[in-house]
Amino acid sequence: MPTRRTVILGVGGAAGALVVGYALWPSGRIAAADRLDAAANEKFITNWIKIASDDTITVVVPHCDMGTGTFTALAQFAADELDSDWSKMRAEQAPPDPVFANGAMIEGFALGGRTVPPFLTGLAANTFRFLAANVSIPGAGYVPQITGGSAAVRFTGMNAIRVAAAAARAMLVKAAAARWNVSAGDCETRANRVVHPASGRSLRYGELAAEAAGYDPSSRPPMKDRRHYVHVGKPVRRFDIPRKVNGTTGYGIDVALPGMLYAAIRISPVFGGRLVSIDESLAAAQRGVKHVVKLEDAVVVVADRYWRARDAAASLEPLFDGGANGSVTSETIRRRRADALNGKDVKNDLTRGSGAGALSAGRRVQAAYTVPYLAHSPMEPMNATALYKDGALEVWAGTQDGLGSRDFCARAAGLSLEKVTFHLLPMGGAFGRRLPGQWNYLTYAVRTAMAVPGVPVKLIFTREEDTQHDYYRPNVMSRFEAALGSDGMPVAWVNSYTTDDSANPEAHILYDIPNQSIGAVKVETHVPTGAWRSVEASWHGFFVESFVDELAHHAGKDPLQYRRALLRNSPRHLATLDLAAGKSGWGTPLPKGSGRGVAIVESFGTIVAHVAEVSIDSGGAVRVNRIVSAVDCGLAVNPDGLKAQIEGAILFGLTAALRGEITIDKGAVVQSNFNDYEMLRIADCPGIEVYLREDDGPVGGGGEPGVPPVAPAVANAVFAACGVRVRDLPLRNQSFPASGGATP
Amino acid sequence: MSVTLKVNGVVHELDVEEEAPLLWVLRDELGLTGTKFGCGIAQCGACTVHVNGQAQRSCVTPAGSVRDAEITTIEGLSAGGLTAVQKAWIDHQIPQCGYCQSGMIMAVSALLARNPHPGDEDLAQAVTNICRCGTYSRIRAAVRALAAEG
Repeated sequence: MPTRRTVILGVGGAAGALVVGYALWPSGRIAAADRLDAAANEKFITNWIKIASDDTITVVVPHCDMGTGTFTALAQFAADELDSDWSKMRAEQAPPDPVFANGAMIEGFALGGRTVPPFLTGLAANTFRFLAANVSIPGAGYVPQITGGSAAVRFTGMNAIRVAAAAARAMLVKAAAARWNVSAGDCETRANRVVHPASGRSLRYGELAAEAAGYDPSSRPPMKDRRHYVHVGKPVRRFDIPRKVNGTTGYGIDVALPGMLYAAIRISPVFGGRLVSIDESLAAAQRGVKHVVKLEDAVVVVADRYWRARDAAASLEPLFDGGANGSVTSETIRRRRADALNGKDVKNDLTRGSGAGALSAGRRVQAAYTVPYLAHSPMEPMNATALYKDGALEVWAGTQDGLGSRDFCARAAGLSLEKVTFHLLPMGGAFGRRLPGQWNYLTYAVRTAMAVPGVPVKLIFTREEDTQHDYYRPNVMSRFEAALGSDGMPVAWVNSYTTDDSANPEAHILYDIPNQSIGAVKVETHVPTGAWRSVEASWHGFFVESFVDELAHHAGKDPLQYRRALLRNSPRHLATLDLAAGKSGWGTPLPKGSGRGVAIVESFGTIVAHVAEVSIDSGGAVRVNRIVSAVDCGLAVNPDGLKAQIEGAILFGLTAALRGEITIDKGAVVQSNFNDYEMLRIADCPGIEVYLREDDGPVGGGGEPGVPPVAPAVANAVFAACGVRVRDLPLRNQSFPASGGATP
Repeated sequence: MSVTLKVNGVVHELDVEEEAPLLWVLRDELGLTGTKFGCGIAQCGACTVHVNGQAQRSCVTPAGSVRDAEITTIEGLSAGGLTAVQKAWIDHQIPQCGYCQSGMIMAVSALLARNPHPGDEDLAQAVTNICRCGTYSRIRAAVRALAAEG
C-alpha cells in the first residue's frame, strides 16, 4: 500500500517533468482576484501584486503570519523588482480561495529534487478536490496556501513573488509606452513611476495600474540580478511588529462576534477513545451553561462566557473507553521500537560502496540514541470559532493553510466548498502544530457549531487539552555502527532507525564516507504524530552529529578537525563550520567543568553550524552559557529577521534538548501544562551570537534550520565538559559529574 | 452578583462571580483582548496585567480580589502613545508571533518602574514569562538598553 507520502510524490513527479517556470495568471483571471481582494482604489496587476491609486504596492501573500517575518521579506523582493520606495510597500494575507493557491510551494518541493516533506502528506486526501480548480501546475491538483517547510522566501519569494513583481513592472512599462507611443525599451522605472528619459515624461504606477492589468504577463520577465538589489539583503523593520507591542493584533482566540458563545472541551485522554457516558446535569445546572454537546470522542460545554464553560467542563465526569490502547506506555512503545530495529523489517534506503559489508574493514564503534515525543505548545492554545447558519458554515481560526482549512471544514460539515467561508487569522505560534493533518481543533469547533446552529461558538482548548491532544514530534530510536580505518577516519557508516511514516532523507549524511548503509523500519503507534519545527532533521541532526562526535573521540581527534576532514569536498559546509568555530574561539581554554561542542546540519536548503559552551553546575545539571551560530542560507533577504529566526530556533531546540519530553501512560499523555512540560525562560537563556554568510548558492529557508544542530552541539559540549555521552534526550533525565571526568 | 472593577482608569460594574478570573473578565466582558490566555495556572505570564502598578497574572486572579485596585492592561499602557518599553520592543524587533509580548511588556514595565536600572539577574528573576518563539535574547538586550537610559 502506498504511504501518504508516495501519493504526493506521484503528484510531485508529474510536476517535476514540466518546464521550470512559475505560471502567472492570464489577464482574464485578474477580475476574479479584484473581486475577492481589491479595494475600490486598488488593482491587481498579476498574481500577488496589487497597486493602489496612490502608488502603494501591496504584496498579497499566500501564507499566514505566525511570526517568522515573511510578509516583510516577500515585500522586499517585490520592492526591488518593481523599483518601489520602501515606504510604498505593504503586505497582506491572501484570501483562502483557489484563485490564490500557491503553486510555487509545491513546485519548489517538486522541482527541488527532494521528496515532499511529511507535513505536506496530510494533503493527500485533499489533493483531488482541487484538481480542476488549479492551473499553476498541471497534474499537481491541490495547490495549497501552506505556511511551513521554511518555504516562504525560498519558494514563494524566489519563484512566485519575484517573478510576479517583475512581470508587473514589465506590464506597467508597456502601458506607459503605449500611452506615449514610444518603445518600452526606452522606458525605465524608478520610485513607483515609469519614466521616459528622452522626453522627460513620467507616469505614476497608480495612474497605469488599470491599463497594465490588461496585458498578459510574461512568465519569464526580465529580473534583477541579486547584485543590484536595493531592498533585499538590507535589515528592514517588520510590518507586523507595531501591532504586536500594543495588543492590537487580533489572533484567532481574539475573535468577537455578536451573540457569540464559548466552548470548552474534554477529549478522550486515550487517543482514539470513545465517549461512553456522561452525566450532563453536572454542567447544565451551572451559571451560563447553554449546551452540553456529546461527540464521539469528546464532550463540549457551551456557555455564555469562557470561564463558565471551562469550569463546567472541568466539573464533568465523562467516561471514556480507550480500548486496547488504554494499556500503552512509553516503555511498551520503546520495546516495540527496539524489537523492530532488531527484526527483519528494516528496509534499506541508501547504500554506498559496499555498505555494511565494509564494517569488517576497521575498528568498530557502536551507539544507539533516542529522542522523546514532543508537543508543540505554541503560546496561543488551539482554538477556532464557527457559525453554522442557514446551511452555510463560517469559521475563524489560525491555521498554516487557509485554503486547505476551508476545504477541510467543508468536508467536516458535509458541505460544498462554496458554502464555507474561512477567515484565516494570525497565529500565536504554530511550529507545525496548525498544519494540515493536525486540525482536531477545527473538527471539534465545526461539529460543535453544527450541534448549536445559528450562534457563533468559540472553542478554546485549555492548556491541558492542548498538551494532551497534540500531534507530537515522534519518539525515534536510531542505531549506528561504524568502522574506523587506521587513520581514525570512518570507512563504513551503518545506521538504522525507526519511523512513524517512511524513510527520512534527513538521515543521509553530509560526510564523505565511502561505504554507507542507511535503513528505516516503520513502527506505528496510536499516538498521533506530526511535523514539529524542523521535522525529521530535528532527530537525525541529533543522532548523526552525536555519533560523528563519538567517532572523533574514538579516533582521538578534535571533533571540529574530524568534521573538517570529512567535509573537505564541501566548501560551503566547511566555510560555515569554520565561521562558527572561529567566532566561538574553538580551541581556547575554558574553565574546568566546562566544554564546547560543535554540530553542523543542513536542512531546508540552509546550512547551520552551532558551537555550544556548557558547564555542569554543582547539582549535576547542565548550564548552557553560550551558543555561537553560523548560517549559510544563500541569500539573507532580511538579515535581522533571519537572525531573529535563528535565535528563536536555538531556544526552541534548546528547550527540547534540555527539558522536552512527552511520556505515555495508560494510553494517554502524562504531561499537562507548563508546570510539568517545562519551557526555558529568560533566566535560562544563553548568550546567543548569530553570524550570516552568503554566497551565490541556492536560497534556503530560515524558520527551521536553526533547530537541528542545537541538541547535538549541547550534548557534544557536555561530553567535552565531563566525559559523559548523552544518547537519550532530554538531558534533564541524566545527572552529570560536576568537576569533570567520566563516570563509569 | 456584581463586581466593580477599575480598569485603565474606567470604572465598570460587572455582573460576574467574585471568583471569575480577571483574565476572562477583561477579555470576554470588557473586550480587552490584548491580555492573553496561555496556561491558566500562572506559569507563562501571557496574562500579565498591572494591579496597583505591580505585575500580576490575571488568569489566577479572582475578579473579586481586585475590587479596589487600579488595573492596567496593555491597552491602558499604550493609551498615551507608545511607552519607552514599547519603543524599545520595536527598535530591537523583538516580537515574532507576538502572542506573549503583551505580558512581557507589562512584566518588564513593572520591573522598570520599581528598578530603573535592572541587571540581567534582576530581569531573570522578575520576568519569568514564557515565549515559545525564543525572543529572550532580544528582550535582554532591550532591557539592557532601557536600563542604561533609565
